[in-house]
Amino acid sequence: MEYKSSAYQIYMKYLVGFTLSVLITFGSYFLVVNKLADGYMLLIMLFILAFSQLFVQLLFFLHLGEEKKPRLRVQAFTFMFIILVIIVGGSIWVMHHLNYNMMNFTSEQKEHYMMTQRDKGF
Amino acid sequence: MNKLKDTALSYRTELGFWMYLMTDCILFGCLFATYAVLRGSTAGGPSEAELFDMPMVLAQTLALLTSTLTAGLMLVAMHRKRSVEFKVWLGVTIAFGAAFFAMELNEFALLIAEGQSWQSSAARSGFFALVGTHGLHILVGLLWATVLAVVVHRRGFTQKNIRQAKLFALFWHFLDVIWIFIFTFVYLVGASNGI
Repeated sequence: MEYKSSAYQIYMKYLVGFTLSVLITFGSYFLVVNKLADGYMLLIMLFILAFSQLFVQLLFFLHLGEEKKPRLRVQAFTFMFIILVIIVGGSIWVMHHLNYNMMNFTSEQKEHYMMTQRDKGF
Repeated sequence: MNKLKDTALSYRTELGFWMYLMTDCILFGCLFATYAVLRGSTAGGPSEAELFDMPMVLAQTLALLTSTLTAGLMLVAMHRKRSVEFKVWLGVTIAFGAAFFAMELNEFALLIAEGQSWQSSAARSGFFALVGTHGLHILVGLLWATVLAVVVHRRGFTQKNIRQAKLFALFWHFLDVIWIFIFTFVYLVGASNGI
């Protein structure tokens, strides 16, 4: 890793990154434990907090974007991120819309659903 | 000449290691997707909100976060060629990492004792596969850090050791990033009783 900055600046970067990460961690933790939000609102807020912490750690700990051009690490990261969005987002999207909708059922509902399907003879 | 060769080698090794980390991200992405799809299928077992011990998970998160900070401080000490400081920070990193790992094993043991092992339902299989894979990475990181400490103690800062230390720090920061997502989307979303 070719640092552009001095040891002191790297030191400060780690401290700032750590402080921000701890704050975000506590923020999302108390959001859930103290039930400050629920449903989709909570999910969206957790999403935003998790991704802001991802960016804090990428910038302050993993030093992404500090390398000289061509920025191969940034390119590899961007490509990986696109693949992840397709795999994770796609899987959840597809599975969520299947007829056999496993994700939103409690076990009783699922059993009931299975029974009615069986009675219909599938 | 030799120094130039070292810089080029260092650049190539780190780029290669970065590529490995990116593919590892995709591995974790697949496990996350599997887990997200299966999380409701508990086969009549208790939901995650009843199982998770949230203060313990917060302690785990803070332990890992602290160890990732000390891994960074270890790098700073290495840049300043301070051998003792380096070993102290590496030791602290190992200690916090080991604390994290111990808490995780404890959690797994409690879940299995409650009859919620990976064999009990699809949801638990997904959980243990995801969190267990992360734990396995942590274990490998701990072994790596221990070997690094011994090697630096014996031979000092050679070019090879410096490269290894940088790669270890990169690996350790990466594992912390993965843990943020496990913490948020497995534990916090699970404790709030899902979507």
